[in-house]
Amino acid sequence: MNAMRQPSPGGPGDAKPAAAPAQGKPDSAGAKKGGPSAGNPARPKRSRRSRTASEWQGKAYTLICVAILIVTIFSMVFFVASKGLATFFTNGVSVSEFLTGIKWSPDGEPPSFGALPFITGSFATSILAACIAAPLSFCAAVFMTELMPKFGKRFMQPVIELLAGIPSVVYGFVGLSVVVPFLRSIFPGQGLGIAAGAIVLSIMILPTITSIATDSLSNLPRGLKEGSYALGATRWQTISRSILPAVLPSMLTGVVLGIARAFGEALAVQMVIGNSPHIPRSLFESASTLTSVITLSMGNTVKDTVQNNVLWSLALVLLVMTFVFVGIVRLLERRARR
Amino acid sequence: MRMSNKTADRIATAVFYFFAFLIIAVLASLIGFILYRGLGQISWHFLTSPPETFKTGGGIGPQLFNSLFLLVLTMIITVPLGIGAGIYMAEYSRPGRFTDFIRLVVEVLSSFPSIVVGLFGLLVFVQYFDLKFSLLAGALALTVFNLPLMVRITEQGIRGVPREQKEAGLALGLTRWHTITKVLLPVSLPTILTGTILAAGRVFGEAAALLFTAGMSSPRLDFTDWNPLSPVSPLNPLRPAETLAVHIWKINSEGVAPDAAQIAAGASAVLILTVLLFNLGSRWLGRFLYRKLTASR
Repeated sequence: MNAMRQPSPGGPGDAKPAAAPAQGKPDSAGAKKGGPSAGNPARPKRSRRSRTASEWQGKAYTLICVAILIVTIFSMVFFVASKGLATFFTNGVSVSEFLTGIKWSPDGEPPSFGALPFITGSFATSILAACIAAPLSFCAAVFMTELMPKFGKRFMQPVIELLAGIPSVVYGFVGLSVVVPFLRSIFPGQGLGIAAGAIVLSIMILPTITSIATDSLSNLPRGLKEGSYALGATRWQTISRSILPAVLPSMLTGVVLGIARAFGEALAVQMVIGNSPHIPRSLFESASTLTSVITLSMGNTVKDTVQNNVLWSLALVLLVMTFVFVGIVRLLERRARR
Repeated sequence: MRMSNKTADRIATAVFYFFAFLIIAVLASLIGFILYRGLGQISWHFLTSPPETFKTGGGIGPQLFNSLFLLVLTMIITVPLGIGAGIYMAEYSRPGRFTDFIRLVVEVLSSFPSIVVGLFGLLVFVQYFDLKFSLLAGALALTVFNLPLMVRITEQGIRGVPREQKEAGLALGLTRWHTITKVLLPVSLPTILTGTILAAGRVFGEAAALLFTAGMSSPRLDFTDWNPLSPVSPLNPLRPAETLAVHIWKINSEGVAPDAAQIAAGASAVLILTVLLFNLGSRWLGRFLYRKLTASR
C-alpha cells in the first residue's frame, strides 16, 4: 500500500490544485486535497466530522465536473440551434429551399441559399470513404485475429493506432500533394473532388472501423470457430460463413461510426475537394461539403447577417446528423446485444 | 467450373495478407513521404524564426510555441475536470436513468465534429465571453473537444483497478473519497497517464476547432518578455495564436510565400514527429510505471 502511495503527489496530486484557480469552483476540493498530505502526523486525530466533510466535498467536486459536461452539451445545442434557426425565422429563408435548393449564391441578387450541393457532397464523400475502408478494415481485423495474431498484436495494432493519431491537416497535406496529382494524371479534370476526399477520408476512418472489428472478432466465442473447423471447413469457409455473419452487426456499428467521423471532418476534406458550390457530375469534379463551406466562409461574413446565419444553419445540420449517427449506433448496439 | 475449396481458401488467405500489408505499406509510405519531404526543411532556424509572408526563409517558431502553450493550457483545464467526471462515472454513479443520460452526453459530445466545437467556441468564448481570438478561447474549445475522452480514460482506468484493492481501502476505514484519491487513482495512474498523453497528441494536431477560436494570426512575439499581461509576451493567454496545425492548413490554402510547399512539408514533419513522440512516450511511460507500481518484472 505504501509503495502505491508514492506517486500520488506527483500524479493526480499536482493536477488537482492546478485546477482550483483555473476553474474557480473546487477550491474546497483543492484545499482538502492538500490537507491530508500536509498534516500527516495530525491525521489520526481528525474528527469524524471532517472526514465526512471531505467525503462530501469530494463527491460535490465530481458532481460539478459532471454538471459542466451536461451544461456544455445543452449550451452547445442551444447556441448553435438559436443561430441556425434564425435563418428561417428571422431572415425568412424557407426550410425547403434550404434543404432542397441546388443554387448557392449568398451574395447574389437575389441571394439564394440552396444547401443541397453541400449535403450531397458530405454524404457522398463519407459513404464512399466507408465503402473503401470497410472491406480493408475487415481484412485487417481478420489478419490480426485469425491469420497472424502475434504479428498483428505486436506490429499491426500499433500501426493502426498510429494512423489514428496523425492530425487531419497532415492527411490533407498528403492528399493535396500525392492523391490529387495522382488522380489528375489518370482521370480528366483537376484531381480535386469527391474521389480525392473519399480516398483521404477512407484512410482516416480505417482505424475506427478496424479497432471495432478487431474487438468483436476477438470477443467471439471460441466454439463458433472451432465448431466450423471441426466440421472440416477451410479457413475461408469458416471466415465467410460463420465469422462474418457473427461480427456483421458490430462491423456495421464501426462503419456508422466511421461515416460519422468522415461526415464531420473539415480541413482534410476542404483541402482536397475543390470547394465549388455545385453538385458535381462526376467524382473527379470540384465539389463541396457542409464542413468545407463553413470553414471557408465563416471568416468572411459579418455577424448577424443572413449570409452568416445560414452558415450556422449548415452547422445545425451537422449537429443534427451527429445525433442521428449516435442514435443509429445505439440502435445497432442494442440489436447486436440481443 | 467450380473452384475447389482449397483453392478458394488459398486465394482468400492471399487476399487477406495482401490487404493487411497494403495498410502497413500505406502508413509506411505516408510517414516516409512526410519525413522525406519535410526533414530536409527542419533546422534550428526553421524551428525558431517567425514565418515570412512574401519572402522565402520563413520559420515556424511562434506557431510551435503556440501549439505547445495551448496544449499546456488545455490540459490544465481538461485533466482535473475529466478526472473528476471520470471518478463520478466509475465510483459514484448508480445504474439508472441519470447515469445512462451522462453516458449519452459523453458519447454525443465526443462525436461532435470538431468544426462545430470550434463554432460553439466562436459564439460562446470569443463573442459572448468577449475573449476575442485568444489562446484562452482556443484552450476552452479544445477542452470541450477533449473532455469526453478524458472522462472515458479515467473511468476505464479506475474500473480496471482490482476490486480487492478498493475493498481493502474501504475495510481499513477510509472514506470513499480517501479510497479514491489514495488507492484507486495511484493504482490507475499508468492507464490514465498513457491515455492522457495520447489525448494530448490529438489536441496537438487539432486545427478545425481552433480556426475561429485561437485565430489564424500570431502577433509579433517578444520572447524576452515573460510578463503574462503584456500583449507581446508569449505567455499572454489573451493574445491570438495560430498553432502549427492551423499554420499548415493556412499556407496550403492561401500561402503566398514562394516556399509555401516546403514550409508546409517541414511543418507537417514536425507535427508528425511530435505525435510519434507522444505515442511512443505514452507506451514507454505506461510500461515503465506499470512495472514500477505493480512490482511485476
